[in-house]
Amino acid sequence: MSQQITADTLPEAVLEATRSAPKKRSQWLEVWQHLKRNKMAMFGLVILSLVVFAAVFADLIADYETVVIAQNLSDRLQGPSAQYWMGTDEFGRDIFARMIHGTRVSLMVGVLSVAIAIMIGGTLGAVAGYYGGRLDNIIMRVMDIFLAVPSILLAIAIVSALGANLINLMLAIAVSSIPSYARVVRASVLSLRDQEFIEAARAIGASDTRIIFRHIVPNALAPVIVQGALGVATAILSTAGLSFIGLGIQPPEPEWGAMLAGGRQYLRHAWHVTTFPGLAIMITILALNLLGDGLRDALDPRLKH
Amino acid sequence: MEYHLLLLSDRYPMYRFILKRLFLLLPVLLGVSLLVFAIMSFTPGDPAQLILGESAPAEAVAELREEMGLNDPFIVRYASFVGNAITGDLGRSYSTGREVFGEIASRFPNTLTLATLGVLIAIVIGVPVGIISATRQYSLIDSSSMVVALLGVSMPNFWLGLMLILVFSVNLGWLPSGGFSDWSSVILPALTLGTGSAAIITRMTRSSMLEVIRQDYIRTARAKGVAENVVINRHALKNALIPVITVIGLQFGYLLGGAVLTETVYSWPGVGRMMVDAIRQKDTPTVLGTVVFLAAAFSLVNLAVDILYGFIDPRIKSQYK
Amino acid sequence: MTTILKIQIKTPNNRAVQTDQKTNQGQPQIESPTQDIHQSKSSSESNQESNQGHPKISSPPPDLLSVQGLTITYEVDGEITQAVSDLSLTLKKGETLGLIGETGAGKTTAALGLMGLVPHPPGKIIGGKVVYEGEDLLQLSEEKMRTIRGNKISMIFQDPMTSLNPVMTVGDQIAEVILIHESVTKSQSVTKAMEMLEMVGIPGARYADYPHQFSGGMKQRVVIAIALACNPDLLIADEPTTALDVTIQAQVLDLMKALKEKYNTAMIMITHDLGVVAQVCDKVAIMYAGEIVESGPIRDVYQNTQHPYTKGLFGSIPDLNSTAERLNPIKGLMPDPTDLPSGCRFHPRCPEATALCSTVRPEPVITNAGHSVRCLNCQPVPSTVVPPEALKFVAQESHHV
Repeated sequence: MSQQITADTLPEAVLEATRSAPKKRSQWLEVWQHLKRNKMAMFGLVILSLVVFAAVFADLIADYETVVIAQNLSDRLQGPSAQYWMGTDEFGRDIFARMIHGTRVSLMVGVLSVAIAIMIGGTLGAVAGYYGGRLDNIIMRVMDIFLAVPSILLAIAIVSALGANLINLMLAIAVSSIPSYARVVRASVLSLRDQEFIEAARAIGASDTRIIFRHIVPNALAPVIVQGALGVATAILSTAGLSFIGLGIQPPEPEWGAMLAGGRQYLRHAWHVTTFPGLAIMITILALNLLGDGLRDALDPRLKH
Repeated sequence: MEYHLLLLSDRYPMYRFILKRLFLLLPVLLGVSLLVFAIMSFTPGDPAQLILGESAPAEAVAELREEMGLNDPFIVRYASFVGNAITGDLGRSYSTGREVFGEIASRFPNTLTLATLGVLIAIVIGVPVGIISATRQYSLIDSSSMVVALLGVSMPNFWLGLMLILVFSVNLGWLPSGGFSDWSSVILPALTLGTGSAAIITRMTRSSMLEVIRQDYIRTARAKGVAENVVINRHALKNALIPVITVIGLQFGYLLGGAVLTETVYSWPGVGRMMVDAIRQKDTPTVLGTVVFLAAAFSLVNLAVDILYGFIDPRIKSQYK
Repeated sequence: MTTILKIQIKTPNNRAVQTDQKTNQGQPQIESPTQDIHQSKSSSESNQESNQGHPKISSPPPDLLSVQGLTITYEVDGEITQAVSDLSLTLKKGETLGLIGETGAGKTTAALGLMGLVPHPPGKIIGGKVVYEGEDLLQLSEEKMRTIRGNKISMIFQDPMTSLNPVMTVGDQIAEVILIHESVTKSQSVTKAMEMLEMVGIPGARYADYPHQFSGGMKQRVVIAIALACNPDLLIADEPTTALDVTIQAQVLDLMKALKEKYNTAMIMITHDLGVVAQVCDKVAIMYAGEIVESGPIRDVYQNTQHPYTKGLFGSIPDLNSTAERLNPIKGLMPDPTDLPSGCRFHPRCPEATALCSTVRPEPVITNAGHSVRCLNCQPVPSTVVPPEALKFVAQESHHV
């Protein structure tokens, strides 16, 4: 078995060594080829595209002021019908319209908080891993402290102290996931630091900055991308969770977790109020998980079974 | 991981290792309390005003502030908090006036029960399903259990809780929808917690098992003429379970510390809900106390997992001796 | 192996060679007389017994193992890779065959094929026979095959660092194979496992130690102990010394050689080390891109090398007596196994290639006693010159090579 793989990849490796310039593009092309063959990942990508589409064109689908926010008490807690595809909530608002607009908050918090966490956590991890020694020790011990608190608790504590609004929510979720990115980046930097091609770069006199950005960052990117895709899913879940206990997005702004919380007391009479927003969360998270799994397989063919 | 290997390289006996790890826990807990203390000090609003009520005279509030030490510098307040915490005094709740530590101690058994049942459910489902999936990769059983597991990890826990209530208490009327009356009231919350963890454990067991099955030593076992079920149960399982145990431990830790939402959904009288209530009432001592307590519990579970590891993996065990 | 040649006097003719070259689909007519005798016997009986029990003293000892036209493919993402093509070889009791080839030539896959351990999916045996003591192993049920693995046929794997179960004591791993195949009690198996440890030069007291407490060379000794614990008739050693330090290599090789001679075990030694082959093997087969390109008695192949690839292999060994400044490596790389060249698989790299080589796929040709070559430029030996007994050997030895 292993022999086959070696024989298979040997000419490829030789080829790659000879042409260095177009290497990076072909690498990503290869990842995309891998990903394309993964039906589940493609399914995830399609769902995710639909969610993004809904977020971008939400205003065309339903007007924010008149449909999403405005109360219509005469139509409250209506079941699904031709007029209200997913029924109405306790204020008579169209749940489908609110769900469509809810994609905006979820995606924004998910993507931005992960971006913040990757920037801060990634930098900390890279510095800790590359320089090692005392700096590494200090950074990672602080990360240990953050990791000792389950991230949802940390996020709850931060939002409750800073006040519940969109920015604080994003910050709280970002801060609580910084340590995991720091760890991932540090681990891959550590494993790369002593590899021969880094030694070789150092031997020909490359500067630290050049080594970090030309050699280490591109190679450490794969696990960060995978962690990031799954991280967006976690962030969306946390947003919904925090909103559910009243610490996230405040009414009347549509947010899936807050919508769930609103429908909770009407569970007995109006099941649709809690069911549909939950399904929206689940489908989005499912899509992200499928894509994340697919990316992991595509980026690390060794793990592919 | 790496610092525990560092510790072990001197071949400490097991108990020295445990003591050392417990000792290392102290700075972490100190850090956690400092972190939470700092976060909570940002909280707007005056605790003294909160305790005395909106209509209290200004002098009385000022007096209470002085008495509570709220005018002291941050570092002094933190030091006195730590000093008291060491003696088991986490302060008194602003809202109920009761000892925070006593309140946590009375509620913790409920949280522990829930987390233990949840993790048991997760193990009983997750490990066998993961093994079967791995040994029959790409079969119908494998793909269907992977789809279910994927749905499980994608589902928000609190929503699953609500759906279970909808089905089992609202529609079928079999089980209570919340509170803590008798043993039937623990079933739904435990199932809610267990499902998510079961999904994670299933996926982990499967991928770990698949990884192990491809190892050379499994091929060696087959080359010895070992029957396939023995290859799986005797050779592969023990190796595959090593990373799974880490995940189980982590899950138990999360269920202890992170069951906040599930406890809220089911009005479960645990530490998590106590924390959420305290946050709503801006009850700083209770928030601080619960977070530090849950973080400590979480860290202790992780330590226990590391020790358990040593019993399973001889590569680590021999280093204790 | 002169003994074999001496015994083989019967039924010589030229037809044997001709049919060989034409019928490549593997009709087992060649080994018929002796094979039939053996098939009627219980497979547990030794070869000597079967010969003594039969009046025909002139008949040669039957083959312990005869592989005919074994073809194994891997299918990954819809791409089919021919890992082993039309591989044939025979082995008699106590004989050692060296299987030589570069990484990726298909040696390990061929060995796994013999053991019935080709990982499926993605691997699949699509043709051929593996006749062991008269039975085609490929036709056996998995359950029956298990009674052969580790018992009659054992295998030593390449990397001792990963070949042992890290969470089982080495002693238990040896005792396990004894418990499976021999009717002994648990404590007897422990005693025997300790004896095996001693035999490979490890104190029996280390029974309860775990693999990580051993060095690479010691681990390989444990692997050898596992492989030999049930006294197999055939041992397949897949690059048993490649992963070891040079000094340890010699020790392990000597140990294997001594134990093999002690128990008269036949062996297939997979290696890319021509020196190792010269040291321990009676016969040699050289693999290139999934097929055997040259095979024969070791002396003959080494001294009268025929195939350009084999010549290239020998040319790439540094020669202390020569004053050449550079080694003489074979130019080019092994072909991509998913996209093999037409005609002779070696022709793109072959210095002697002719126009014909890129279109006609060569079949094995016998050039000398027991020496067969898969090359269009090699002429078969004129039938009149060849002594009849040698032809008989050839017919048996390299029917489908």
